Amino acid sequence: MGSRRPMGDDQAAALGDGPQLVGEAAPTSEVVIETRGLERVYATGRTEVRALDGVDVSIHDGEFVAIMGASGSGKSTFMNILGCLDRPTGGSYTLSGTQVELLNKNELADIRNARIGFVFQSFNLLSRTAALDNVELPLLYDRSGRKLDSRKAAAEALQRVGLGDRLDHEPSELSGGEQQRVAIARALVGQPSMILADEPTGNLDSRTSVDVMTLFQELNDAGITILIVTHEADIARYCKRIIRMRDGKVIADEPVRDRRIASEDLETLADLDEQDVVEVTL
Amino acid sequence: MKRTVLAKVATQSILKNKMRTLLTMLGIIIGVGAVILMVAIGQGAQGQIQSQIQGLGTNLIVITAGTSNQGGVSHGAGSFNRLRIDDVEKLQRESVLLAGVSPVIASGAQIIGGQGNWRGRINGVSTDYAVIRDWETTSGSFFDESDQRQAARVAVIGETVKNQLWPDSDPVGERVQIRNVPFQIIGVLAPKGQSAEGNDQDDVILAPYTTVQTRLSGRTYIPQILASTFSPDEIVSAQEEIASIMRESHGLAAWEEDDFTVRNQADLADAAQGTTQVMTLLLSAVAGISLLVGGIGIMNIMLVSVTERTREIGVRMAIGARGSDVLTQFLVESVVMSAIGGLLGVALGFGGARLLGDATGWSTAIDAPTVVIALVFSGAIGIFFGFYPARQAAALDPIEALRYE
Ligand SMILES: Nc1ncnc2c1ncn2[C@@H]1O[C@H](COP(=O)(O)OP(=O)(O)OP(=O)(O)O)[C@@H](O)[C@H]1O
Ligand SMILES: [Mg+2]
Repeated sequence: MGSRRPMGDDQAAALGDGPQLVGEAAPTSEVVIETRGLERVYATGRTEVRALDGVDVSIHDGEFVAIMGASGSGKSTFMNILGCLDRPTGGSYTLSGTQVELLNKNELADIRNARIGFVFQSFNLLSRTAALDNVELPLLYDRSGRKLDSRKAAAEALQRVGLGDRLDHEPSELSGGEQQRVAIARALVGQPSMILADEPTGNLDSRTSVDVMTLFQELNDAGITILIVTHEADIARYCKRIIRMRDGKVIADEPVRDRRIASEDLETLADLDEQDVVEVTL
Repeated sequence: MKRTVLAKVATQSILKNKMRTLLTMLGIIIGVGAVILMVAIGQGAQGQIQSQIQGLGTNLIVITAGTSNQGGVSHGAGSFNRLRIDDVEKLQRESVLLAGVSPVIASGAQIIGGQGNWRGRINGVSTDYAVIRDWETTSGSFFDESDQRQAARVAVIGETVKNQLWPDSDPVGERVQIRNVPFQIIGVLAPKGQSAEGNDQDDVILAPYTTVQTRLSGRTYIPQILASTFSPDEIVSAQEEIASIMRESHGLAAWEEDDFTVRNQADLADAAQGTTQVMTLLLSAVAGISLLVGGIGIMNIMLVSVTERTREIGVRMAIGARGSDVLTQFLVESVVMSAIGGLLGVALGFGGARLLGDATGWSTAIDAPTVVIALVFSGAIGIFFGFYPARQAAALDPIEALRYE
C-alpha cells in the first residue's frame, strides 16, 4: 500500500508513553495488552452475570489474535474492556504500561482516541456523512496536540483501505464491504497501536469477509496489532493466534498452525468466479 | 475540540435536517420578531408623544377645572368650579414664580378671506401665550398689551390656516371675517405639527382673549389656563403657589377639596404614555411567551435528537469523544439554531415594523440595544433549553449508546 510508510514512522511517535518508546533493544516485541484476573460482573436485578471470570491474557506488539467462543461466552465484554469502552469490576488491565482500571472517563476517552481503533460488526458509520468526514472524525477529538492535516490524513487512510475514489460517498452509497473498509480507515486514521474488531465480518458475505481479512493482514504486516472476535473458524485461520473462551474464562490459547493468506484465497475465489461465468455462458 | 471543528460538527448536524431545523427555529423567529416589532411600535409611539409634549413649550403648567380624582371633569353644577378671568388676573397679579399666565378660550370659527373660507378653531389667549408655548411668528408679530386692553380685532394665524387661505402670499395686514366680525391679521405662527392627541396644532387662530370674549362669544367660561415658570426647577413650587392662589380666588374653605387641577408637563407625559406603556407591556408579554414556547420547541427537538442520535453519540464516544465534547456539540447546536432563529427574527421584526409603519403611518423605532438584547436573549434560550438535552447526551454510556436500536 502506497501510504504505508508515513503511517509506520509516525505511529511510533504517536504512541506516546508506551513502553516501546523507552527504546530497549528487546529481542521479543513488547507486551501491549496484559490482563490479570480480569473480571466483569453484570448485576441485573437479583442475579449476577459473571461475563468475565478471571481472564489472564498477554498480547504482544504485532500480534494478530482471534477471540472465539460460543455466544454469551464474554467475547464482546472482553473486547469492550480491552477497547477502554468499559471498565473491569475486578482484576487489572495494563495497556502499553498504563493501568486502565485506574483511569477516569475522560482519560479512557483520550486513550480510545489516541491508541485504539475500534471496528464494529454493524460498521457504525455516521449516516448521511461522507466517507471522508466519517474517517476524519477521530482526529476532531484528538487531544494529544500532534499537528496534522486531518483532511489529508483521512484521505490517506481511505486510500490505504482501497477507497481513494469514494471519498465523497455517503454510507448509503457504499456496499457493506466498502462500509466496513471506511470503518477500518476510521480506526486507522489516528495511528493507533492496535485495532480491535468485534465480529468485523459478521454482516458480510464470505467473499467480502476474505476481502476485509486481506486488509487486516496487510495492516498487521505493517506492524499494527489486531484483535478480532469471530464465530467463523475460516476467518480465525487468517489470524496468528486463537484465544477460545467459555463462560467468561479462557479455555484455550494457541497459535494458528495452518495459517492462510487472505490475498491468495481472494485470487482463488476470483478464479472460481470466472469458472462460474464460463459455465453459465457455455 | 477546537472551536472551528466544533462549529463545523454542529453545522453539519444542523444542515443534515434542514426542514426540521427550520421548523425548530420558527418558534424563536416568531418570538424574536414579535418582540422587536412590539418594542418598535412602543418606542415609536413613546418617542412621538415625548416630542409632542416637549413641543407644547417649556416649563408648561396646565390648570383645568374639576378635581384631579375625577379625571379633570368638572362638577357641572355651580359656577365656582369653573375657571374665570378673575382667576387669570389674580394669578398674574400675585404669582412671583410664573413667567406667564394665559387663559385659553377655545371655540370653532369660520374665517373668510384670501382664497375663500376655512373652518378652524379660534383661541382667545393673553399676550403671555407666545412665551408660555414658546411659539414664534414667521411673519408679522404677536398682539401686544394695548391690543389686549382695547380688545382689538387682531388675529395671529397658524401655518395650516395660512396655507389654506393664502398659499402663495403673506397674509399679514390682510382683512378677514371671523364669525362675520372683521379682523386684521398681524402675524403667522411657526409650524408645530401634531399634538399628542393627534390634532393639528397649526390649524388655529389666536386672538386676544378680551376680543374673543367681548366681540365673539361673550361667554366667560375658560376651559383651560396655561402658565409657565422661569426655570424647570420651580415647576413644583409654582404648582403649589398656583393652587393656593386658586383656592383663595375660588374662596374654598380649608376642608374643601380643590375644584381645579394643576398639572405639569411630566404629568401630561405620564398620562399620555400610561396607555401606550400598558399596551407595550401586554404585547411584550405575549411576545415573551412566544419566545418561551420557541425555547421549549428547541428543547423538545434536541431531546428527540438525542434519543434519535444515541448511536451516533455512542460512535463518537467510542472513537474518543469525551462527555464534554458531546455536551458542547449539542449545546452549540441548540445555540446556533436559536441564534440564527434570533437573527431571522430580528430581520422579520424590522421588516414587520417597516411594513406596519408604511401601512398605518405609525412611527416605529428600533435601536441597537433592542437588537442586541434580542440576540443575546435568544442565544441564552438556546443555552438554557439546550442544556438539559445536551447533558442527557453527555451522560450516555458508550456501550449502551452503541447497542441502542
Ligand atoms: N449490559 C449487560 N447487562 C447484563 N448482562 C450483560 C450485559 N452485557 C452482556 N451481558 C451478559 O454477559 C454475558 C457475555 O456477553 P457478551 O456480549 O460478552 O457475549 P459474546 O461472547 O459477545 O456473545 P455473542 O457471540 O453472542 O456476541 C452474556 O451472558 C450476557 O447476557
Ligand atoms: Mg458479542
